[in-house]
Amino acid sequence: MNGNVQQVYELLKQVTDPEIPVLSLEDLGVIRDIDVNDSEIIVTISPTYSGCPAMEVMEQDIVDVLKKEGHRVGLPSNIRVETQLSPAWTTDWITEKGKKALFEYGIMPPSKSGEILCPQCESKQVELISQFGSTACKALYRCTDCLEPFDYFKCH
Amino acid sequence: MQDYVQNLADNTLILGQRLAEWCGLGPFLEEDLALTNTCLDIIGQAKMLLEFAAELKEGNETADDLAFMRDQHEFKNVILVEQPNGDYSQTMLRQYFMDVYHVHLYQALSTSTNQKLAGIAAKSLKEVVYHLERSELWIKRMALGTDESFQRVQASLDKLWHYHHELFEETESLTELVKQGIAADPNVLKQLWLKDVNALLASTPLEIPQKGWKATGGRKGHHSEYLGLMLCEMQFLQRAYPNSEW
Repeated sequence: MNGNVQQVYELLKQVTDPEIPVLSLEDLGVIRDIDVNDSEIIVTISPTYSGCPAMEVMEQDIVDVLKKEGHRVGLPSNIRVETQLSPAWTTDWITEKGKKALFEYGIMPPSKSGEILCPQCESKQVELISQFGSTACKALYRCTDCLEPFDYFKCH
Repeated sequence: MQDYVQNLADNTLILGQRLAEWCGLGPFLEEDLALTNTCLDIIGQAKMLLEFAAELKEGNETADDLAFMRDQHEFKNVILVEQPNGDYSQTMLRQYFMDVYHVHLYQALSTSTNQKLAGIAAKSLKEVVYHLERSELWIKRMALGTDESFQRVQASLDKLWHYHHELFEETESLTELVKQGIAADPNVLKQLWLKDVNALLASTPLEIPQKGWKATGGRKGHHSEYLGLMLCEMQFLQRAYPNSEW
């Protein structure tokens, strides 16, 4: 990574998912490419879910952060956000740090093994309430030990 | 090519709009959320496909123009997706038919020689596989549930069965696209679709209507009376206040 790209990458750590504020773009694994030339910055991201309304907010936040902070470190002020569909985004790209942050926030991160723990009491005794939760990326579970309902970030 | 993408785009747009009509009216809260989340995915797919359809038109039209400024005869969706929601069995059976179709369609298109189409398909495939799990479960649950739920889903099957043929219609231009490896072969899709649907129905007491007619015309812009009424509502704001934004 050259210096400018590194600076952009650092600034983008401030941009978080508006619906899951503990996850940054980096944690979500949506940043595909950063290109900085003399006149503009091009950030390429992968959309999570096709209809996810948070994507548009994140795109706007990328532009806002880079416009606001970028000039201080001498970055160009023209910002372009491009989306790249393939390869399709997968929850495998969520970082370990991101998964830990999700669990601490009360959302069970995607589990490839299929083992789902209650983020409140870490019990394995859980049941599915609904395949869909408060957003497209989550399903709703309930812990049968502590009885708390919780969100599960689906494998995708 | 434009025609093909327009058909795929309109199928998702019109189905998505129908599902949106359930928002706030679902039989219980979790189900309301599930159906509207499904709707959101499908509208997202419609957006990607409409953007591509607009690009292929090589004019000045945007995806929004295609959604909100075309008249009924310019829509290329199959007539199945514009059918009214009816009761929950009718909504879920229509959804099940489309989910099975979309899973096989996107699977095939994910290796399309057209990179853009392949990208959209691979992205959408993950979503529709999840939708199918749910709609399949609902059909089973209703078919194997009470007398009332069985009769309702059987009545929906009697009504909707005749519309599935249109999903697999062949046209000369489509055959050409299949040859070039761009489009999915409708004959292959039909076999896969029938295999899955027959297998599910065989696990229930549901019976496929033996006689009947075959819906046709949607892909040429000849629609049922329901599409116009839906467009009146869907397009009202952009027609009354052109270019207004959220």
